Amino acid sequence: MTAAIEIRGIAKRYGAVQALAGIDLEVARGEFFGLLGPNGAGKTTLISILAGLARADGGTARIMGHDVVADYRAARHALGVVPQELVFDPFFTVRETLALQAGYYGLRANRAWVDEVMQHLDLAAKADANMRTLSGGMKRRVLVAQALVHRPPVIVLDEPTAGVDVELRQGLWQFVRRLNRDGHTVVLTTHYLEEAEMLCDRIAMLKAGRIVALDATSDLIRRFHALYLQFRLEGAMPAALAPLAVESEGGRYRLRLADYADVERALAELRAAGCRILEMEVIQPDLEEVFVQIMRGEDGTRFAGRRAQH
Amino acid sequence: MERDLRDAERSTELAGGAAAGTAGAAWTGFATLLYKELLRFWKVGVQTIAAPVLTALLYLLIFGHVFEDRVQVYGRLSYTAFLVPGLVMMSMLQNAFANSSSSLAQSKVTGSIVFVLLPPLSHVEFFGAYVLAAVVRGLAVGAGVLAVTVPLAPVPIVHPLWALAFALAGCAILGTLGVIAGIWAEKFDQLAAFQNFLVVPLTFLAGVFYSIHSLPAVWQRVSHLNPFFYMIDGFRYGFFGLSDVDPALSLGVVAVFLVGLSAITLALLKSGYRLRH
Repeated sequence: MTAAIEIRGIAKRYGAVQALAGIDLEVARGEFFGLLGPNGAGKTTLISILAGLARADGGTARIMGHDVVADYRAARHALGVVPQELVFDPFFTVRETLALQAGYYGLRANRAWVDEVMQHLDLAAKADANMRTLSGGMKRRVLVAQALVHRPPVIVLDEPTAGVDVELRQGLWQFVRRLNRDGHTVVLTTHYLEEAEMLCDRIAMLKAGRIVALDATSDLIRRFHALYLQFRLEGAMPAALAPLAVESEGGRYRLRLADYADVERALAELRAAGCRILEMEVIQPDLEEVFVQIMRGEDGTRFAGRRAQH
Repeated sequence: MERDLRDAERSTELAGGAAAGTAGAAWTGFATLLYKELLRFWKVGVQTIAAPVLTALLYLLIFGHVFEDRVQVYGRLSYTAFLVPGLVMMSMLQNAFANSSSSLAQSKVTGSIVFVLLPPLSHVEFFGAYVLAAVVRGLAVGAGVLAVTVPLAPVPIVHPLWALAFALAGCAILGTLGVIAGIWAEKFDQLAAFQNFLVVPLTFLAGVFYSIHSLPAVWQRVSHLNPFFYMIDGFRYGFFGLSDVDPALSLGVVAVFLVGLSAITLALLKSGYRLRH
């Protein structure tokens, strides 16, 4: 079976900036895939090339087996994109916006389907409101609806929750999860790493136009064994633990440790020094940690060593 | 090809979707974009149709009042009657240009252009929808101007088909120019410059307000280099059966101009110039 997305050697330069420097990537059908990276890493450029909004200088990209340049009609039919910017056409109502979008993809007499999409995204009450009058969150929902209105098997969401309130964000994730369960392939870029961790089966991390990490989310996190032991003490921390501290402020400390045996050793030190623990927590590594380390070009162990020496 | 179509259909059958890549889908896409462009100007009709009609009416009242008793054209036409077809054509040309150029520039500036760039529309469908909508807007304004000016200055329409041919070709040319301006302009002031320094001077100097035979010989020759002159002169022939140059020649010049501009615009759209970066 052909992949949902197949990217081979995609390169793109804007003037002096090498936005993408040879990207190879395959996303399987039905996957929930995360594309992470700092601003300027090339995420949006990559999405733009998939969507035909930008043209690659080299390489090929296929959506459901269709080349995005040579076979652009079929490729674009298979792809729904939720753009990053909160854009809208101020001339139209929500219903008109969605009916027009469906029409561009060849869906005629689409009223019933447009109603259904609005129902799913809680837009029905605003169906005849002009786009200008909607709140930011509602406009975001319309953008999601516009991306789905031609029933694409592959959906790309470019930072869909940027500037969206918590309630709507939760609602959007639930909705996108359901789409994924129903068989849609979902690609997501986000700055909320916690959500990428929660939602994505697999993650690619981009830095300066290159993929610097690509793995199943759980494996990516597992590659970084470190644990954090965070506690608050009455009095000072024993000097023996100081090299492990990554934070120490006003009686609060955070130690970076390799494993649970280290946790035991640290607690023993505290006991031996007669410290009284007021609060304590063991923190598992998360995607954010992994992300920061990878973006610094360090692996887990080196990072632990370097940070511990501070 | 048949396999491609089958694959395309399979790829969208997830929710029982549309028949991707079929001619029907492409036609619906084009028709929808055309409908959207028509709806866009129709929704603000006061600004896009009524306002230019009022402007043309003011021109007719003021210039007619000033020159009616002093100027005669072609020896027998009253100045006000002479002015009517020129004003109709000028309004059509300017509004056809305004329609495609401002629609594109506005959606580029606001970013909503992605909604028409993401769908599987070809550059030909894109071009056709924007230009056709511009033609409809131009004709709507032209009909409005004619309706309000004719009671003030009755004019014959001796060759209606000639008039229609020049109206269609003129609006299509300006609609095409509007597409070029719209994709070239990154800001509204660039669009205004295109309009103020190219479209308006070329229309005003094309003989809307005078017959070029009233000009010194050198300016007559210069006027012959202005393609807008042929549109207005030919259109006026449709009304009076009188013109500065042979209408067949004018139609030829206009047709060559339209084909050339269309070819340039299609090439720009195909290359993705300033639209697909």
